[in-house]
Amino acid sequence: MKCADEFRSRDITGPLLAELNNCLSRPVRIMEVCGTHTMSIFRHGIRSLLPEGITLLSGPGCPVCVTPASHIDAFIRAAELPDVIVATFGDLIRVPGSKNSLAAARAEGARVEIVYSPMDALELARKENNKKIVFPAIGFETTVPTIAATILAAEQQQIDNFFIISAGKTMPQPLELLMSDPELEVDGLLCPGHVSAIIGANAYLPLAEKYSLSCAVAGFEPADILAGLLSIIKQIENGQPQVDNCYTRVVSDQGNIKAQGLINRVFTPEDSEWRGLGLIPGSGLKLQEEFAGFDALKELAIPIEATEDPKGCKCGDILKGLILPPDCPLYGKRCTPLHPVGPCMVSNEGTCAAYHRYSEKR
Amino acid sequence: MRTKTTVSLDHGSGGLASQNLISNLFLKYLTSPALHELEDCAVLDEHHGKIAMTTDSYVVDPLFFPGGNIGELAINGTINDLAMRGARPVALSLGLIIEEGFSMESLEQIIQSVAEASNAANVAVVTGDTKVVPKGKADGIFINTSGVGIVSHRCNISGTQAKWGDTVIISGSIADHGITIMSSQAGIAIGGDIKSDTQSLHDLVAAILEEAPCATHVMRDPTRGGVATTLCEIASASKVEITLEQDQLPIKASVNAACELIGLDPLYLANEGKCLVICDSAQAEKILQTMRQFPQGREAAIIGSVTGKAEQGRVTLTTTIGGKRLLEPLTGEPLPRIC
Repeated sequence: MKCADEFRSRDITGPLLAELNNCLSRPVRIMEVCGTHTMSIFRHGIRSLLPEGITLLSGPGCPVCVTPASHIDAFIRAAELPDVIVATFGDLIRVPGSKNSLAAARAEGARVEIVYSPMDALELARKENNKKIVFPAIGFETTVPTIAATILAAEQQQIDNFFIISAGKTMPQPLELLMSDPELEVDGLLCPGHVSAIIGANAYLPLAEKYSLSCAVAGFEPADILAGLLSIIKQIENGQPQVDNCYTRVVSDQGNIKAQGLINRVFTPEDSEWRGLGLIPGSGLKLQEEFAGFDALKELAIPIEATEDPKGCKCGDILKGLILPPDCPLYGKRCTPLHPVGPCMVSNEGTCAAYHRYSEKR
Repeated sequence: MRTKTTVSLDHGSGGLASQNLISNLFLKYLTSPALHELEDCAVLDEHHGKIAMTTDSYVVDPLFFPGGNIGELAINGTINDLAMRGARPVALSLGLIIEEGFSMESLEQIIQSVAEASNAANVAVVTGDTKVVPKGKADGIFINTSGVGIVSHRCNISGTQAKWGDTVIISGSIADHGITIMSSQAGIAIGGDIKSDTQSLHDLVAAILEEAPCATHVMRDPTRGGVATTLCEIASASKVEITLEQDQLPIKASVNAACELIGLDPLYLANEGKCLVICDSAQAEKILQTMRQFPQGREAAIIGSVTGKAEQGRVTLTTTIGGKRLLEPLTGEPLPRIC
């Protein structure tokens, strides 16, 4: 981890902060899209070091947070079926659906196992061959390639008791939607490092041009984030919005062509419901017809039923960057990490959870 | 003699099979005269001082992990709970709840570890109990240990006693046990020097109390919830603000790397052989040097201080880059991240 330590050294972050302070001549609003950015900003206390004129807004970049309750309900329905084990990423298990969560279903006897990768779920399917294993396939471009690779592996190894509930999402469409919203005043975009590794820095060019948006692709260490913010501020100050790739050790302009190929081989775009943002055309991923046999919804006849967001929950406005968590009437009162009402409070990388864990504001 | 390879319901029935298990296995390794009397309870020698008592149950999964197993964990954990109030541990109980079909070889290994930990700490298991439940009604083996200790000093060592100006010391590297268990559960072979830190601390504690009596205000072993949650409890009980310096936290490079990989914060992971000492700052250096003379405290470090009064209690961390952030108590289980 020596390499990470260097990006956390005051010798590097100190000068970046000083330059940030010098460059800034007016208040700016910057959205950090990715939940991992949100967490890292809190974890390293970056907000406490930034000049006052910089307002950071958290975007819709936490896959757990944007998964609608109707999908969570479907995951729970799957777990309650006889002979089914839901093998899920740990982040999902406490997320409230319309009635309860996977954790509550597990307590009542449903089989829910935590896995760290979809390949682990496939391994479980191999071991428990008299059970059906259902993997809730949530995630963005970062996670979807490994899910696609797992489907291909399952096909090749002829494992017929492995299924997914496809709930993958792609990032450019919601960003386009948000930036076209006149209510939302954003000067700059801190683009997600991991997603960008797959889709490439060029994916943000249309946004930068169309909305005169200053963009920087950044990694997740403090020095990465500060370098990204500095680039955005400089672009704003110079009046020259563009896409600056500050994470070249991981991200290329074109992205990971092989991973993109995997996604396209197994999935095809569809309209998708985002918690808080509504239906966004072309922003979801469904299995290609060829792989329909892996679709748990079809094979196990699990319905997706429309749900209503919990009363008073402002996760939607928070995901859009319209308000900050403490502005939600439920925040810190009815909605806490121990008893989350909305998804932004559940996931480790949810904006509300990060605020609640790390910030002084209550 | 015919050896059975698994534990059966008969072994917990109180009949002949139980007696055989006791004499052939438990009494073979656990040698205290009080236990060998096989009475309904143990009668201890007279001791002068206040009596401290504690109990803890162990349900760790997996039962065997790098650096130890459930047996020594149960002994060291209970000894440490006594030591954290400045008590000298004098006797332990050992209660076993075993699932039918549990491997006799594993049971023997666990009891052997119990005996080794108890001998190393010089604290005897003086009484015990074994129950066997039908297959599926428990998960391998659960252990409960209670401990009795004697408090012979007059200092009030308690979570309520942290004072503005005090120094916060940790006896060694943090998160070793937690990351060992989490990575075992996740099936991630991290390797390197990652192993549980299970060990008893009462000798180290006795030396601190000998060296600087009453300068130690609080002692806690940061087990579940880790250093952050433990300090939050202390800050709240003592109504103070505690500030930690991230730069100063002793965390092994391999543990840090594993935490980054799985997405966990070492400040929230369990320790099973470390103690936090909050003491008078004037005596801090002396206490630190005393701790460092013990193998359990060789990497002891000053990691922060009590920086003010706070009615609700508060713990803040000064990050490596000089930022500030709050440390909240752990809520729910620590969840691995997905991206």
